[in-house]
Amino acid sequence: MSNPTLTWNLVKDVHELLAYQFMVNALQAGTIVAVMAGVVGWFMVLRRQSFAGHTIAVMSFPGASGAALAGVPSAVGYYVACGIAALAIGRSGGAGRRGAGGGGRGAIAGPGGSGESAAIGVVQVAGLALGYLFLSLYGGVFEELQTLLFGTFLGIDRNEVLTLGIVAVVVLTVLAVAGRPLLLATLDPEVARARGVPVRALDIGFLLVLGLAVAATSQITGALLVFALLVAPAAAAQTLTPRPGLSLLLSVVFALLVMWLGLAVSYFSIYPLGFFITSFGFVLYVVAKLVRHVAAWVKRDARPREPRAAAVA
Amino acid sequence: MLAHEFIRNAYLAGSFVALACGLVGWFTVLRGQVFAGDALSHVAFVGAIAAAVVGVDERVGLFALTLGLAAVMAGLGRRAQADDVTIGVVFSWVLGIGVLLISVLSTGSSGGDGLIVANTLFGSIFGLSLGQGLVAAAVGLGVVVAVLAIARPLLFASLDPELASLHGVPVRALGLALLMLIGIVTAEGTQAIGALLVLGLIAAPAGAALRLTRKPYLGMALSAAIALAAMWGGIALSYAIPSLPPSTAIIALAVGAYALASVASNIAAWAPMSNPRERRPVSEVRSP
Repeated sequence: MSNPTLTWNLVKDVHELLAYQFMVNALQAGTIVAVMAGVVGWFMVLRRQSFAGHTIAVMSFPGASGAALAGVPSAVGYYVACGIAALAIGRSGGAGRRGAGGGGRGAIAGPGGSGESAAIGVVQVAGLALGYLFLSLYGGVFEELQTLLFGTFLGIDRNEVLTLGIVAVVVLTVLAVAGRPLLLATLDPEVARARGVPVRALDIGFLLVLGLAVAATSQITGALLVFALLVAPAAAAQTLTPRPGLSLLLSVVFALLVMWLGLAVSYFSIYPLGFFITSFGFVLYVVAKLVRHVAAWVKRDARPREPRAAAVA
Repeated sequence: MLAHEFIRNAYLAGSFVALACGLVGWFTVLRGQVFAGDALSHVAFVGAIAAAVVGVDERVGLFALTLGLAAVMAGLGRRAQADDVTIGVVFSWVLGIGVLLISVLSTGSSGGDGLIVANTLFGSIFGLSLGQGLVAAAVGLGVVVAVLAIARPLLFASLDPELASLHGVPVRALGLALLMLIGIVTAEGTQAIGALLVLGLIAAPAGAALRLTRKPYLGMALSAAIALAAMWGGIALSYAIPSLPPSTAIIALAVGAYALASVASNIAAWAPMSNPRERRPVSEVRSP
């Protein structure tokens, strides 16, 4: 393969991108992962469960190193470890969400709420410590650790793309069916409970779906960077609009944009995919924040003028 | 066991780092800022890699990055507490920079870089020299003194920020101070038990202490004691079982303490209900 170079001819660049099978696989896998992460991440950010999401993401490290030690396929390790972590966090209750209706955002959690965030932290380090033990028992090849934590998109084969597709269909179907009650249970648990929505079951169910999505995604982006794809597009979308349907759509679009740009740029560069994905996500979030601030500023600036104009008239 | 110099250094550094983690961790858990502590500790690893790329002492990178991020997080949030989405976005970006730096490091030099990465992620308490041990002990002691000095106002500001600010307590400054202290502890703890695991010494002993007692000073003392016990026991255990990495042993003991405390507090909460004298008022309250 000759060294790829970026030219100003976009059509030629895209053509070059699609010339290799590994790149087509990467783009397909990336697209599936981005759609899934955009949707699941949107719920995660809305539920303020970033810490739980990060913890489940990190669990793919003990999962993969445990699978290597036990001699089973690493994908099995990913799904098992993420599932166990989701259940452990769900059992400790609440998953770091404090206060109803977002009122507890800046507030200090009471002894109950603080205990939950400690529980998630404990689950996380327990998993990481186990992962380190597995790796050192396995005789730790270091390159593998780096791939586990930071991912690779070069070695994706057709089977993996197919598996990702199946997982994505399962995840999206579950969320399509449970989406409305989940939204209600997230925004107003009291009302949801009064209407007979099984809030607790939805809590644990969502964590399991999150675990499934994260286990699939982290095989591409690595344990530490899955989180960037989950949180940044969703956070940017929710910053821009309060309407649920629109911001969900925006979240998916942003995730796709970040993934495609990241893959394309990292193909033409010597630097890793993870760096580009996290950077594009971060820039997106900052731009969304700026747009919101400017919009709020324009609005506030416009408002006092109206009464004055009315007085003159 | 203590005849070995590396074990003595490990105990020297580990003891004070554990005490500092236990005390700072108690406030971290009380205020529900474990995610912030998590972000700071993972970011410490990027600091160490950056220092290796630039070619300066890794402690410079560790402290610069953790203290910098602590200030950013304090600046972004109301009451010096950033909300979890902001933490998540900022910290995943810093990790992305870490990935970039690793690839720069591994294309620039030949070998040795993998060891740096593994050591900063999972620590190397048995690899500390006497000088490093002394510095770690001094920093740990400094953090302990600082936490005890601001403990009273910080407790007030944590439990009732509105009332505290009415009484003239500088709530924002205290929030920043705590984040800075978390930053210092994670930077120092990264050398001992690693960037990915230092959170265990912050969250687990403190979580256990808060489940066992609501009394603040008793809780702080208990948290520091559990962290210290996990550190001492972990080092000894790992010395006895060579295939067990010290960081894993230390974290296993801390997590075990947390699990025991959870069980104990669940039993304590359940016991009064099985007592008939205590049960009646509860049913009376519920019946109307």
